[in-house]
Amino acid sequence: MITLRNLTKIFPGAERPAVDALDLDVAAGEFLVLIGPSGCGKSTTLSMINRLVEPTAGTIGIGGTDIKALEPVSLRRKIGFVFQDIGLFPHLTVAENAGITLRLMRHEKTEIERRSNEVLEQVHLDPHEFRARHPASLSGGQRQRVGLARALAAKPSIMLMDEPFGALDPLIRDDLASDYRQIHDRTGLTTVLVTHDMTEALLMADRIAIMRDGRLLQVASPGAILANPADDFVRRLVETPKRRARVLAEAMGAAQT
Amino acid sequence: MSADQGALAGAWSNLPEYLGWHVLLSLSSLGLGIAISLPLAIFAARKAAVRGPALAFASIVQTIPGLAMVALFYPVLLALSALTRSYFGIGFRALGFLPALAALTLYSMLPVIRNTITGLLGLDRAVLLAARAVGMTGRQSLFIVELPLAAPIILAGIRTAAVWVIGTATLSTPVGQTSLGNFIFTGLQTENWILVLFGCVAAALLAIVVDRLLALAEDGLARRSNTRLAASIAGLMIVIAASLAPLISGASTRVATVGTKSFEEQYILGALIQSRLERAGFATTRRDGLGSTVIFDALASGDIDAYVDYSGTIWSDDMKRRDLPPRQQLLREMAEWLRRTHGIRYVGALGFENAYAFAMRGNEAEKLHIRTLADLSAYAPRLKIGGDYEIFSRPEWRSVERAYGLRFGTQRVYQSGFMYRALTSGDVDVISAFSSDGRIAQYHLALLGDPKGALPPYDAVLLVSPSRVRDQRFLEALTPLVGSIDLPTMQRANLEVDRDVDKRSPDAVAHDLDVLIASHSVRPDRGARRPRDN
Repeated sequence: MITLRNLTKIFPGAERPAVDALDLDVAAGEFLVLIGPSGCGKSTTLSMINRLVEPTAGTIGIGGTDIKALEPVSLRRKIGFVFQDIGLFPHLTVAENAGITLRLMRHEKTEIERRSNEVLEQVHLDPHEFRARHPASLSGGQRQRVGLARALAAKPSIMLMDEPFGALDPLIRDDLASDYRQIHDRTGLTTVLVTHDMTEALLMADRIAIMRDGRLLQVASPGAILANPADDFVRRLVETPKRRARVLAEAMGAAQT
Repeated sequence: MSADQGALAGAWSNLPEYLGWHVLLSLSSLGLGIAISLPLAIFAARKAAVRGPALAFASIVQTIPGLAMVALFYPVLLALSALTRSYFGIGFRALGFLPALAALTLYSMLPVIRNTITGLLGLDRAVLLAARAVGMTGRQSLFIVELPLAAPIILAGIRTAAVWVIGTATLSTPVGQTSLGNFIFTGLQTENWILVLFGCVAAALLAIVVDRLLALAEDGLARRSNTRLAASIAGLMIVIAASLAPLISGASTRVATVGTKSFEEQYILGALIQSRLERAGFATTRRDGLGSTVIFDALASGDIDAYVDYSGTIWSDDMKRRDLPPRQQLLREMAEWLRRTHGIRYVGALGFENAYAFAMRGNEAEKLHIRTLADLSAYAPRLKIGGDYEIFSRPEWRSVERAYGLRFGTQRVYQSGFMYRALTSGDVDVISAFSSDGRIAQYHLALLGDPKGALPPYDAVLLVSPSRVRDQRFLEALTPLVGSIDLPTMQRANLEVDRDVDKRSPDAVAHDLDVLIASHSVRPDRGARRPRDN
């Protein structure tokens, strides 16, 4: 579905590449998590997929087409994008925010209304209650649900998520994460999600791609990474979730006896 | 009725017209200013290289004094007009609305540019990223997201600009554009401080009302309250419609406009002409305080229909003649020139002269045995001379200097009212007075003769615009003024307006003069006396 070949990004004035000759394939319907420490190039990689950032070298193909041949604007309308700061339009209502991409594509008003109701329900916001409200009157979790609805409205086949749950309370984060995983499975989306939280990656991903200094260290399923970390760095990354799981298992065992 | 009450009554009756023009001018300037500033600021917000120069330009404009800015556009437009005339055969008027519009437009730009740039650059980066990510084009991002979000800040800039423009619009009077400034300039000239205050208060009230209404709109935008926004727009529409209504209804009936220059005698004569026209059934209006060049051009182009000028001024300023034929021949040649080159109708001389005449304190002139300019030359290096703003740069002064070899020790320039005070208080010894000025008699001044005829005659002459030369009713209403005012009558009338105590308004004095002329109690004095005949 998505193929990255020799993908490289060197920002003007930077000493070393932010993304360094990356090769990666994401299959249709796959849920891939890009993980790594701050500054490892994971967000830059994500942003090149919908041409918010243009690569210095290399190619990105979507469904076999080089995206350089596509108009950036129409490409972005076909790809959902959700990020930590959400960026809801504060002067528009919840329904207007959710339907914005359809408005840009000049869909009929009634169609936009119908579809915005549909996506609001999909993200578990009651349209009757929320349609007419402005973002300022929503909680953080509700806002990110609207952000998600906005990204889903134009029925994209690809969803790009840049630390989408990073700023949320743990409880709300788990809710939203599992809700999204369901949406992903039900709609057959291809998702690339960026995070620095290994627990989140292990719980959500079909495959995990681990990055460091602009390069890929290991790409494998959660089970494979837990079983065979490629190097010390990856081992350290999975150490925390493993220890937590052990502690939790002991605590639960103790509770059962 | 005291002079102040009379002036105030007159002020109220002029208010609809002045306010109408003031609002029309301010609105046009602000509209044009926004139309230029907004795209410029949007461009500057996206291109850092443009931002600095745009802001610097707008800031420099702000440092130019308003009066100078308005005045500077006159020569600029004059040159432009000459250019378009030579290339396209069509010129335009360099006076009145255009220079005022151009100057005020520039003034309105800084706050709009500054606030728009600030507003756009201060937007939440997450929102801008989202606009790109959902697939907005640059244009869509601008119109759907950026401008609506920056709107309250942009509107705050427009609000500041509106207040500045409304205040500065009062300075458009000297270039011949009617505004609330007419009250202020007329009041300054006649030292009628009530009138000055009236103009200031009117302009300030207008600015405050507009400011409050725009503040309501700003609030409406910030709170997303359509009620507030609608109330503000409705309020602004009402203010604009109410102000412009008299202008529109007036325009349809072809009002007769009387022009005046900026001194007392002109205001009296203007009121006199106006009342005669009104009695003949014309709707009339006045455009007061116009400069010498402005008023002549305004008559030639039909912006005003009639005014009183002085033969010597036209002879030397407009006809550029340096020779001095006898007075009747000069009047004939002038009339012919006016008709031929501008289509202006010379109705006739009013019967008195308002000449440049050099005056001294009477007792001192007597002591030194100075009766004429020729007697003065020996004393000149020890004496100080005071003049009005114009005299020392006029051809008449050079001609006098040459003819009598005058070299004064000190030369000073005054506003004409203060010039007389400077003479009586001894600050200067000689002034460039005007022969019809009532203060010459009041202060016991001696007018110096001009035996060599260096100064042209300055007969007060009544002129009518090309657009009225075929209007018999109009001409008939004015013809009786010809030869109807002699020098002592005009001096007395001027003194009643000029004197410090028991001052009367030009309108009241004009009324008395009107009654006097109507009763034929004034014998025409066609051979008006001139200083050199004294």
